[in-house]
Amino acid sequence: MKTVSSLLDDHWYERYKKISKLNIRSSIYDVTDRCNLRCKGCFFFSSGEHERASEEKDVAKWHAFVEKEMDRGVNLAILIGGEPTLCMDRIEAFYKRLPTFCATNGLIKVPRDRFPDMMVGLSLWGDAEDEITLRGQDTFKITSANYEGDPHAYYLYTITPKQLGKTEKIIKKIEGVGLKVHMQLLSNDEGVDGFSWQPEELIEIRAEMDTMLDSYPGTVVSSKYYHEIITTGKMLGRKFGWLECPSVTEPRDNRDPRPKRLTNFIRWASDLKTVHRCCTSETRDCSTCKDGAAHMSWVMVNKRAHIKTAKDLQNWIEVYEMFAKLYQFIPW
Amino acid sequence: MTTDSTQTISRIAEIIINELKLEDVTPETFDADLDLVDEVGIDSMDLATIALVLRDEYGIRIDEDDYPKLTTVRIIAEYISSKLADDK
Repeated sequence: MKTVSSLLDDHWYERYKKISKLNIRSSIYDVTDRCNLRCKGCFFFSSGEHERASEEKDVAKWHAFVEKEMDRGVNLAILIGGEPTLCMDRIEAFYKRLPTFCATNGLIKVPRDRFPDMMVGLSLWGDAEDEITLRGQDTFKITSANYEGDPHAYYLYTITPKQLGKTEKIIKKIEGVGLKVHMQLLSNDEGVDGFSWQPEELIEIRAEMDTMLDSYPGTVVSSKYYHEIITTGKMLGRKFGWLECPSVTEPRDNRDPRPKRLTNFIRWASDLKTVHRCCTSETRDCSTCKDGAAHMSWVMVNKRAHIKTAKDLQNWIEVYEMFAKLYQFIPW
Repeated sequence: MTTDSTQTISRIAEIIINELKLEDVTPETFDADLDLVDEVGIDSMDLATIALVLRDEYGIRIDEDDYPKLTTVRIIAEYISSKLADDK
């Protein structure tokens, strides 16, 4: 029988043991249906999810809801929106109780006296030209001023096909303001012309992401195995898609056969009653979904499938470490 | 070690081998003191599956809060014995 220690040297085995018992169980929460931007390609608005539920405005109900979620075994709250920072009281209901990650456009600064160590992910969709095309303004100037040097914030850099050959400029800008960056790929839910990935572009961006990781290891939080999976949609010969994805809301999971390795994931709407199908939108084609967290989770829940060779297991460890760092379960 | 506990250990090993589809190991050769997380690589989802089989086999309920304690086949066997004794 192949055991973990029989596949790994001491260095890798120590890394494995630091994450092997984390058992991260996340769920995703729409904090609000409102946003102070309207980005082309934002699945929340393009799929009409902002109209699916009426926001729960009673903060006491948010506190009670979080307690129930903890009873369900959730140990990581991922807050999205709309724009969560429009509702700090609701964020606080999570932050007071469990590890919390806030995905934000960064235009409103999370007050650090109130949320001293909450991990904040700042969305960035490319260089100034792309940001203006897709989001109406270049957010980097504001977000970098708000969060420069913040040890509990990093950029979620959504790379578009237009960014091919330009990612280093962005990484350098982020390094220059003392922040880290995690790279993901645009899924182009609104079909903006020129922003859908072509097969040859995915090959090119994978190589570019690898180069960025090698060149800026202190700034880029990533792994080459993640780059492979997000660009090919394949893991150990399996194809990512509806029948494989672990980020499907458990009460709405009508798959047959249902994947065995699931973590009771739910994505809640802001009324605290409605649930969305998955971590992105129902209108997205799962076969071309590029959601980074879903792909990471896909790797993470399939640990034993990676206990075949030393390289497979090292790949799994790197992806799990990356996720654990991004959500602050282990240090950078 | 009693015959009963030896049988329980062997049966638990068999269940784990079957559920996880482990190769190159039998209930007889499975090291009862092998760390299931750090060496076999099982996670909470595997444990949940194994717990369901053990529940049906022994008629006991394994609380999810107890999963972190169940680190080896021998410890699981002792846990089951303890639960069965409590029920008597």
